Amino acid sequence: MSEIAEKVKAIIIDKLGVEASEVTPEASFTNDLGADSLDTVELIMEFEKEFNVSIPDDQAENIGTVGQAISYLEEHAK
Amino acid sequence: MSSIRRVVVTGLGAITPLGNTVPAYWEGLRTGASGAATITRFDPAKFKTRFACEVKGYEADNFFDRKEHRKMDLFTQFAVVAADEAIADSGLLESGVDKDRVGVIWGSGIGGLKSLQEECFQFERGDGTPRYSPFFIPRMIADSSSGNISIKNGFRGPNFVTTSACASSNDAIIAAFNNIRLGLSDAMVTGGSEAAITESGVGGFNALKAMSERNDDPASASRPYDKDRDGFVLGEGAGALVLEEYEHAKARGAKMYAELIGGGMSSDAYHITAPDPSGSGVVLVMKNALRDAGITTADVDYINTHGTSTPLGDGAEIKAIEQVFGEHAAKLNISSTKSMTGHLLGGAGGIEAVACLLAMQNSLVPPTINLNTPDPEINQALNFTPNVAQAREVRVAMSNTFGFGGHNTSVIFRKL
Repeated sequence: MSEIAEKVKAIIIDKLGVEASEVTPEASFTNDLGADSLDTVELIMEFEKEFNVSIPDDQAENIGTVGQAISYLEEHAK
Repeated sequence: MSSIRRVVVTGLGAITPLGNTVPAYWEGLRTGASGAATITRFDPAKFKTRFACEVKGYEADNFFDRKEHRKMDLFTQFAVVAADEAIADSGLLESGVDKDRVGVIWGSGIGGLKSLQEECFQFERGDGTPRYSPFFIPRMIADSSSGNISIKNGFRGPNFVTTSACASSNDAIIAAFNNIRLGLSDAMVTGGSEAAITESGVGGFNALKAMSERNDDPASASRPYDKDRDGFVLGEGAGALVLEEYEHAKARGAKMYAELIGGGMSSDAYHITAPDPSGSGVVLVMKNALRDAGITTADVDYINTHGTSTPLGDGAEIKAIEQVFGEHAAKLNISSTKSMTGHLLGGAGGIEAVACLLAMQNSLVPPTINLNTPDPEINQALNFTPNVAQAREVRVAMSNTFGFGGHNTSVIFRKL
């Protein structure tokens, strides 16, 4: 697993209070990991802070699973 | 509108600087313990006041999921913890109560000060890009306390928070009382909480010259009615009551601590922080409460005073008590439990109502500690229950709280 993927996973475990085993690439923040709309906003903000990127709202809407977050950040992280 | 209905107390909850449950709180009150110590929540080295009455040994993880408590300011966590104890004590949920007829009216003078402070500090340290947490506003707003209590328990009745500084809890209790009296609800969770032991809380109250600066001996700093008092000691925590319509409580065989028989409110209309030295607003509030309760001054056994240990406020309240109660004033037990708990601001009325009900239940009046050198300006012929608890059958207890803004409140409980 890439360093980015490790960090993304750690943020999700921390913010959503879930077990590492639940954080699979296919896991949806809202459907599988118990996030509500505010949790999702917080996750995106944490990704922005951790990886020093700015994620526009229209792209944030497409980040709904762990795998989508990892691919987006692997592509955009500075 | 329904006719006026009777209201009883069927549950108690408390998380306080003396102990984190009702029995632990009572143990502290009964033995005359002090909750004051050096501040641990931040480094107070540069502050004029470096001590406070903190809640001790509290671990949020013992009460909430991590994900859950991150979204609540400490004052809301205290609210939920105390409310849970009171609700469990009342047996309300097990009785199959109609949750559409149960509401929550909570008191908080300040709300999520820590959350406000943290987010503002963080923005200030950044490069100007706003990175406010989506949970910032929900954590900060004072009504997140009553909101979270209802969400956790499914209570769908009236729900709001009262804010009147240090009178907030009593205003909440009176509003909840009226709600049941008027037939709008059958049961209400009420009380109040505060968690303002933060840099901005301590710095702000220091700037007002309102707090004791007795850093060399925190445990003796809260000393109402003592000549050497020099201000209040900041406290934190929550006190919760379950109020219930009498017939409703009786029908389900609930334990009843007492009847809430009266609530009074008034305003000094004098100054935003200083008490009116004439005490006229305080006279008015006690008269209003007695009239609402339909009792006479001679019926009252115990007054849990506002008594914050400030030079001005303590004397004004006692003069008002002498004026309202006349000869009976000397027959009362009077005590300021803030000498032990410190001043919980918006949470004060909550834990002090609990103290009154426990005094009634145990026939023991908790003391005013640190009353070593009686202030000659205050009529010491009155019984301030100095330093040691006194055995007394408490049939009627009055609890006073007053707040910045000139808000005065008084509630009266009577043994059933």
